[in-house]
Amino acid sequence: MLVYTMRRLVGAIPVLVLASILTFVMVDISGDPLLELRTATPPPPEAVIEQEAERLYLDRSMPERYWLWVTGIGGEGNIGLLQGEFGPSTQGQQYEIGPEIAERLWTTLRLVGIAMLLALGLAIIAGAVSAMRQYSKLDYTLTFVGFLCLAMPTFWLAGIVQASGVEINQLIGENLFKTIGDGRYGAEGAPPWDQFVNAFAHMALPTLVLMLTSFASWSRYQRTSMLEVLNSDYVRLARAKGLRDKVVIRRHALRTALIPLTTVFALGVAGIIDGTILTETVFQWRGLGDFFITAVENNDSYALMGWLLLSGFMVILANLIADLLYGVLDPRIRYE
Amino acid sequence: MTTENMSNAETDVSSHGDTVLEVDALNVTFPSEDGSLPAVREVSYRLRRGEALGIVGESGSGKSVTSMAIMGLLPKNTRIDGSVRLMGEEILGLPDKAISKVRGKKIAMIFQDPLTSLNPVYTIGFQISEAVLAHNDVGRKRAWERSRELLEIVGIPSPGQRLRQYPHELSGGMRQRVVIAIAMANNPDVIIADEPTTALDVTVQAQVLDALQSARKETGAALVLITHDLGVVAGQVERVAVMYGGRIVESGPVEEVFYRPQMPYALGLLGSLPRLDEERAERLAPIGGTPPSLMNLPRGCAFAPRCPMARDVCHTEEPVLLRTLDNGDRVPPRPEDAAAHVAACHFSDELGAGIRPEALFREAGKGSGEETERSEQGAAGDPEVLLRAEDLVKNFPIRSKGLLKRKVGDVQAVSGISLELRERETLALVGESGCGKSTTARLLLNLIRSTSGRVSYMGKPLQGLSDKQMRPLRRDLQIVFQDPFASLDPRMTVADIIAEPMLIHRTRNGDAKKRVKELLELVGLNPEHGSRYPHEFSGGQRQRIGVARALSLNPKVLVLDEPVSALDVSIQAGVINLLEDLQEELGLSYLFVSHDLSVVKHIADRVAVMYLGKIVETATTDQLFEAPAHPYTQALISAIPLPDPVKERTRERIVVTGDVPSPADPPSGCRFRTRCPKFAQDLSKTEREKCVQEVPGLLERGSGHRDACHYSEVVELL
Amino acid sequence: MSNGTPTTAPGRTAQRSAADRTQLQTIVRRFVRHRPAMISLFVLIVIAAFAFIGPFFWMWDHRVSSEILSNQPPDSTHPLGTSSAGHDVLGQLMRGAQQTLKVALTVSLCATAFGSLWGATAGYYGGRTDAMMMRIVDVFLIVPPLVAVAALAGNTKGGTTWSTIAIIIALFSWAQIARVVRGVVLSLREQEFIEAAKASGASAPWIILRHLLPNAAGPIIVAATLLVAIAILMEAGLSFLQFGIQLPDISLGQLIGEARTAVSTRPWTFYPPGVLLVLICLTINFIGDGLRDALDPKQTMVRR
Repeated sequence: MLVYTMRRLVGAIPVLVLASILTFVMVDISGDPLLELRTATPPPPEAVIEQEAERLYLDRSMPERYWLWVTGIGGEGNIGLLQGEFGPSTQGQQYEIGPEIAERLWTTLRLVGIAMLLALGLAIIAGAVSAMRQYSKLDYTLTFVGFLCLAMPTFWLAGIVQASGVEINQLIGENLFKTIGDGRYGAEGAPPWDQFVNAFAHMALPTLVLMLTSFASWSRYQRTSMLEVLNSDYVRLARAKGLRDKVVIRRHALRTALIPLTTVFALGVAGIIDGTILTETVFQWRGLGDFFITAVENNDSYALMGWLLLSGFMVILANLIADLLYGVLDPRIRYE
Repeated sequence: MTTENMSNAETDVSSHGDTVLEVDALNVTFPSEDGSLPAVREVSYRLRRGEALGIVGESGSGKSVTSMAIMGLLPKNTRIDGSVRLMGEEILGLPDKAISKVRGKKIAMIFQDPLTSLNPVYTIGFQISEAVLAHNDVGRKRAWERSRELLEIVGIPSPGQRLRQYPHELSGGMRQRVVIAIAMANNPDVIIADEPTTALDVTVQAQVLDALQSARKETGAALVLITHDLGVVAGQVERVAVMYGGRIVESGPVEEVFYRPQMPYALGLLGSLPRLDEERAERLAPIGGTPPSLMNLPRGCAFAPRCPMARDVCHTEEPVLLRTLDNGDRVPPRPEDAAAHVAACHFSDELGAGIRPEALFREAGKGSGEETERSEQGAAGDPEVLLRAEDLVKNFPIRSKGLLKRKVGDVQAVSGISLELRERETLALVGESGCGKSTTARLLLNLIRSTSGRVSYMGKPLQGLSDKQMRPLRRDLQIVFQDPFASLDPRMTVADIIAEPMLIHRTRNGDAKKRVKELLELVGLNPEHGSRYPHEFSGGQRQRIGVARALSLNPKVLVLDEPVSALDVSIQAGVINLLEDLQEELGLSYLFVSHDLSVVKHIADRVAVMYLGKIVETATTDQLFEAPAHPYTQALISAIPLPDPVKERTRERIVVTGDVPSPADPPSGCRFRTRCPKFAQDLSKTEREKCVQEVPGLLERGSGHRDACHYSEVVELL
Repeated sequence: MSNGTPTTAPGRTAQRSAADRTQLQTIVRRFVRHRPAMISLFVLIVIAAFAFIGPFFWMWDHRVSSEILSNQPPDSTHPLGTSSAGHDVLGQLMRGAQQTLKVALTVSLCATAFGSLWGATAGYYGGRTDAMMMRIVDVFLIVPPLVAVAALAGNTKGGTTWSTIAIIIALFSWAQIARVVRGVVLSLREQEFIEAAKASGASAPWIILRHLLPNAAGPIIVAATLLVAIAILMEAGLSFLQFGIQLPDISLGQLIGEARTAVSTRPWTFYPPGVLLVLICLTINFIGDGLRDALDPKQTMVRR
């Protein structure tokens, strides 16, 4: 198991390196960090542009810059991932990418983590129930709901949920749901219970949106996998032993049907990160979504690269967790 | 073998024993998108305490569905009616709570595929204990103890250790014994075994059948043994029922049915079987046509379209099971003579004793008597060697389980094979799964690259040729595969499939269509069916298409990789006959790869027996079967069940224990020594030393008969 | 001789009884029997007609017109009302749906063609080639697609027409197809008919193009269909973030984005584009489901 874990870890490294190259090249060739400066009116003096280019290391060639971006060797100390620096920002000298990301990371991770767990739970239950009652009204209903959620653009659903939150608040005459902001400011120092209530009020609706848009594809997968297991010989043998249906389903079917789900679980995480950005935008959170959009709007290449790398890292992490889970669930892997 | 004594004892008991299982007019219908499928029709039988009943039939005959219906394991949308009484109590349609008290406790089941019937995520011990605990509230510890006992009964060595292992750590034979242990956990009254040994090798099959007998002896359970293998039936049961088209068409004591069948189908099945225990007949007598589709069963007798005796009444009126009295009258059986010989045929009385299947099932257009002598033209001087292999070795790398997956060793799938295939000859390569016979066949065709050794075709070396250099030679060297369902591209029409090799080799651009028709006709298919897709054909027909494709480039050598082992018995014979005819007509040489010694005996001129990547014995077919010298060959021959109840029960057996060792770590010296009965029983300590130390060479015994055993000794087994 | 379990036994015979039908007919028949898929197909055709043919029959297009009063709720001249800037919402809806569909179909076509070839090649060769090719696929899979696309499209200011957007989305969509196809090919290549082709001397491109891809057609078609829905959502998200199709051209996502502050004040601008978008994606999902049932034999009773 330890070897297996190590192998997975080692295997993730080339992917991460390749991903960093891809994002770097992609961002680098697509945008010009000096665009705003060049198109400003009145046009600033050539020297100013040159100085800015130098500050952003744009005077070097792309491979050189990639090397610099990763190692920081030959830079001003404000660049180099291995040294924990993300590089200079176009949004002014004071805007430091690293601390900015760190500050917002918690806000976003909290949302992603909770929504993901809830979506996973919902997916497993819905998928299993659907499979057990295949072709029943319940199965059709769950299938339809799942497809509907799959078809919903995240931001549109978020808009509707936000509007209904406002409606509910008006209806009960109390500010139950906070429909704007992430609620991190102004809550410091309050008693823990109040902090919790405040956090819940802010998080409930965005989490709901993210959960609904994420669970459906997992749930479809769980249904297929469960159906396959229900038709398997070992489930038949378990019945033939004289076990009750519910025992067979709980012990033999559900447990084994979870194994394939782990392989698709990680792939869904990239989608959740996408969804988070949209949800945060609608609910006007100051999370990584907002950071990202500002970065794009400002042609802030180093900020973008840092962001992309971070999200890639999160997906790889999720992949690793999924692989380990697979190992735990499946003894055939465990003893490899 | 204990079977004989046991069955006698039990017949005695059963004659005044009570009925444990009573199936009455059972019907099973599956809904499908094309309408309903009557899979089982009006099946009735009785099973007495301790009795063993065999149910035989080909695929789709409804034999497995019947038992699933009895166990209540069919999908919910299946329509089942009739009655199933277990110890007098109706169990059909019981609710979950009630049926789960019956299952496992009173009636247990063993499934066909041991690789899929255990849950991969739980230990063996957990899964057996679970069965114990389902009906006895004895606590985990006691259940675990009981599991240990059970494993011991079914003959699993070091059971305490096995209990903590997962299914994937056990071999197929072991897993099937675990399933048997689960079945006997609660001393059931009835055990239903659904093709329990079909997925296993013959030597392992013998072990599993022994385990099954131990389980019966221990529990006193009655047995329903479902199988397609007439040999297994002959040895294991007292009574047999033959199913066809979803019905029982004949049933009775096993000797009666085997020696005096009253239904042409049973007779035909016996006739289409290549026999290990008889002289090579000139030709097999296949049953024409294919088993009926349940979707549109023929009116009247389901077998009528394939029956040589069929007359008008057979096509209009479905016969019922009748018993023939001593005076020749045929009457419906009374409930108390459940064991009587009954058959569903309008003309049973015409099948007098002693009628030979080949007299009845004569292939249309082919004379049976005046067949040309089998090509024993060896006298005309030594024919040319076409394909020659010397010291062929194929290693597959084993990767380390460490971080870098370094190569740490090799699995020697083939280690040092030498053989020659001559013109117009059939050389059979025989062995159990994993012995390297298929790998050898592919090495000979250069489909995979050998690690070392030489292959030459008509003197031209093949090793080291690139795909392009190999291409012209592929015309002469073709292959027919095992699985007729997987070997034809499902998205191509039959004509395209057969024409593909011609297209690749750019031969016959113009008249490819004509050639396809010729080929279809040659292999006995309707030449107008070229525009159809493979799924529209039955297994046997598809295999003929595979042969036609292989022949399209006029090859000289055909490698036949288990060409008939995926086919039903009645279909098998037709394909074997076709292969023999083609060899005669086109002067082909065959390399016939097979695990089935009966088929090999029928078709081959020479045989090479493989074990763990090495040839252990090679001889002409007659030599090999009359005087096998290597203990493995002897064990292999003796493990094959004969479709003859008396012979099967009285024959002497050489039993092999254990499973084939992993080719990654073969035993030193003689590779067979770990399972060798001679090594275990007959040899002295010093003699054994030699087996452990020295690799036996393949030495000449005289007249081309060679074997690789230090202490080989000819034994007559048949 | 392997005797079927009850699931195979009736299945195989059902197959045999279908002897006189061609495969295509069987597939069509199965699909037609899938009621949600058939209804969806009908709805989707209606929507497509609305988007592509509609503009020829409707007096207003998606542009601002001086004749249009702004901020009007639905009435007889503007059945879906007007926007704050003075657009006819119905006209906008037609154009928006049209652009959205164009982008999605292009994405699906390009990504499927490239992804299938990539996946089939990797799967067929296996070993190191496969490992390397699939690492590249992994890289494209771990980068959240919307983010990557937004970074690209948002950075390339000024030139974002529907075709640019389509190509950029396709760049981040082919990897999923490649992954699916490789999985199918990995199991296909172990089948004996592939070995049979090799034994007749067929080359690798021959086997990939003539045997592997046609046999993977079922999963490919299903994946391509579902990709249409995914691309629509992606384009919508992109336009919502204002990194997609730029004004004066429009798409459904952009319409929703524009109206998102007006959920309660001008609901007629917020709900119609959203409902239309959901309807398109929903029908495509159902069609994909129907296709899967019709094409993928594993889903039916036949095992092989």
